[in-house]
Amino acid sequence: MEETRTIPGALSNERLQLAIYASTKRLMDHRSGAITPELLGDYQELRTQANALKKHTIDNLDYYLEMVEERVTAHGGKVVFCETGVEVSDFILKLAKERGARLIVKSKSMTTEEIDLNERLEDHGLQAVETDLGEYIIQLIGDTPFHIVAPALHLTRYEVADVFQEKLGVEKETVPEKQTMIARAVLREKFLAADIGITGANFVVANSGAVVVVENEGNARLSSSAPRIHIAIAGIEKLIPRAQDLGVFLKLLGRSATGQPLTSYTSFLSGPRRGDEIDGPEEFYLVLLDNGRTKLLENPDRRQSLYCIRCGACLNHCPVYRKIGGHNYPWVYSGPIGAIITPQFHGVSKDPWLPFASSLCGACAEVCPVKIDIPKLLLDLRADVTKDKEQKGKSGSERLAFRMFAWMMRRPKAYAMAGRIGALFAPQGSPWISRVPWYMNLAPIRAWLSQRDLPPPPPKSFRRMWKER
Amino acid sequence: MPSVVSLFVTCIVDQLFPKVGMAMADVLGRIGYDIDFPEAQTCCGQPAFNSGYRDEARNVAEHFLRVFRESEYIIVPSGSCTSMITHHFRELLPDNAEVGRIEAKTWEFSRFLLEVAKVEDLGARMACIATYHDSCHALRELKIKSGPRRLLSHVQGLDLREMDTAEECCGFGGTFSVKFAEVSGAMARGKIDSIKKTGASVVVSIDSSCLMQLQGALHRAQLPIRTMHLAEVLAAR
Repeated sequence: MEETRTIPGALSNERLQLAIYASTKRLMDHRSGAITPELLGDYQELRTQANALKKHTIDNLDYYLEMVEERVTAHGGKVVFCETGVEVSDFILKLAKERGARLIVKSKSMTTEEIDLNERLEDHGLQAVETDLGEYIIQLIGDTPFHIVAPALHLTRYEVADVFQEKLGVEKETVPEKQTMIARAVLREKFLAADIGITGANFVVANSGAVVVVENEGNARLSSSAPRIHIAIAGIEKLIPRAQDLGVFLKLLGRSATGQPLTSYTSFLSGPRRGDEIDGPEEFYLVLLDNGRTKLLENPDRRQSLYCIRCGACLNHCPVYRKIGGHNYPWVYSGPIGAIITPQFHGVSKDPWLPFASSLCGACAEVCPVKIDIPKLLLDLRADVTKDKEQKGKSGSERLAFRMFAWMMRRPKAYAMAGRIGALFAPQGSPWISRVPWYMNLAPIRAWLSQRDLPPPPPKSFRRMWKER
Repeated sequence: MPSVVSLFVTCIVDQLFPKVGMAMADVLGRIGYDIDFPEAQTCCGQPAFNSGYRDEARNVAEHFLRVFRESEYIIVPSGSCTSMITHHFRELLPDNAEVGRIEAKTWEFSRFLLEVAKVEDLGARMACIATYHDSCHALRELKIKSGPRRLLSHVQGLDLREMDTAEECCGFGGTFSVKFAEVSGAMARGKIDSIKKTGASVVVSIDSSCLMQLQGALHRAQLPIRTMHLAEVLAAR
C-alpha cells in the first residue's frame, strides 16, 4: 500500500483514484440528499446553533469538565484526566495488570489513533483488537486510517478479499456482505473473551455524565457492554453542555457524515451496571485527553478548531483530499480539518507545507456542520509559517519575491514598466505556449508548465490599450 | 443611477487578458456609463495575502484604498479579487475607516449589472454551446450563483449546459498551482472531463485566473474548447 503515501504515487494510481472518487462521491450525494429543505428545513439554523453551542462549551470548558467529572463519579464511574498519550496507555496498562486482563476489544476511535494506543499496548503484551470492520481490515495489514469516518476507504472489496484470505486463512470472498460475516465470526469470539472494551466518544454530555457513541455495526455497543470493564476515551473538546443539545448535534452528525438521519446505533453509556441491572460493565472509566488541546484554547481566534465533531464531510468535499487521499497528510487527521489542527498540535515548523496544500476553494467550510471557518484558519496558519523563524531561512527567495511584489504594486510606473519588459522578452506567437526560453525557466514557471500551457503576454496591456483607444 | 463607474481591471486582466477589460468597458459603455480607469491601480494584494505575507499584502491594500478613494463605483471582472477587497481588507486593516467605504462601493461585474444597473439582456449574440464554471470565491464568499447564468440566458444563440461539477474548484488557487502543481493539474483535468461531457465549445466564468488554469489544461490536452470571460460573451455581437 506504500504507493498511497506519496502524492505522485497516489495521483498515478488509477485504482486508488477511482476508490477515493467513488466513495467520497457517494458520501457527498448521501449528505446532500439528507439535508434538503424538505427533509431538514432548519439545516442552516442547526449549523448556527451547533457552532454557538460548541463555542459556549469550549469557552467554558473548565466549568463543564468539572461538571462531567462530578456526574460520572455519581454514577459509579471514574474520570481519568490525561495530559498525554503515554498517560493514557500507562493508565490502561496498570488497570489491566491489576485486573489480570489480557484481551481488549476496541471500537473505532480517532482519539486512540492519535496517541498510537494499540502500538503502546502491544509493546507491553496487551492485545487490542479493532472491531469496526474498516478498522479491523487496516489493523490486519498494519495500515493507518485513510479517512476519519471510513478508515478503509482506499481499499476495494477485491483487496479486502486478499487481506482476509492471507490473514485469516479463509477462502477468497469478494462479496462485501459475506466478507462482513467472516469478520463477524472472528470478532464475536473476541467480544466474548475480552476483559476490557475501549470505545471513543462522539459526545460527552456534561449535565448527565453520559458518553454518546454513534455507529452502524453494533460493535461499539458490544465493546462497551460485553467485557467487564469499559473505558471510553475522549478528547476534552467532545463535551457538550446538556443532553437536549444532542437534538442539534445528532441531527447534523449522521447526515453530514453518511447522509443518515441517525446512525443504526446511538448508545448512551453512563457508568457501570447498577445493582438492579442485568447487563453492562462492572467498571466504567472515562478518559479525558488533553494531548495539546489546551494549547489551542490559548488563542481565541483559533479555538474553533476544537469544535470539530469528526463527521468527515470536509474530507469528502475537498478536491485536494480527493486527489491525494488520506495517507499524504502527516497525522491521523487528514483533509481540511487535519490541515488546520495538525500544525496547531505540532507547531507550524514541523510540516510547514501543510496549510499551503489547499486551493482555498472553501468547499470544506460550506459543508462543515459546526461552521468552522477552515479557509480563514489556513490563511492564518500560512501567515504563521512565513513568520516562523525556522522557515525564514528556508524561503528566502519567496520572501524576497513578495517584498518586490509589494514594492512594485505600490509604484504604478514601475509595475507598468515591469509588465512591458516582461512582455518584450516572453515568447510570442502561438496561441498558448508549452515551453519558455532558458532565461524564463524559473521554478514556478517550470511547475506551471509541467501540467498545463501558459498564455503568451498580449502585445499590449489593458492600460496601454485604454490609453490608445 | 450613477453616471461614472471606475474599473479595477485586476493585474491578471491588465497584463495577460486585456480583452476582458476592454469587453467589460464596452458592455458598461453600451448601457450608458462613463468609464473611469484610475491609472495608478495595480493589484489587490491577494497573492501576498494568500501566501501568508500579511505586511506585504497590507501595503498593496493601502495603495488600492488611495487609488480608489474618490471612486463612486468600483467594478471588478473577478469574484476572487472582489472578495479580497470586500472580505479580507478588513482583516489586514481593521482600524482603517476607508475599508468599510471601499467594501460598500466595490462590485463584481455581473452583480453590478444585475443589482445596480438592473439589466439582464445586454443584446449579446453568440452561437455556441457553453458551460459555466462557478469560481470558488464568487460562489462561496460572494454567493454569486444564478446571476451570471441569468445574464447568459439572454445571449442569443447561446445554449447553456450545466456540467455536473460546476461548483468544483478548477485547481488554480494562486501559488497552489505551482506549489502543488501535480495536484492542481489533476484537479483541472477532472474538471475538463466534466466540461467535455456537456459538449460545450466554450467555458465561461467570471474569473480570468480560473480560465487561465482551464485554458492552459485544455490547450495542453489539445482539446478544441476555449474559455471566455463573461464580459467577453456579453460584449459579443
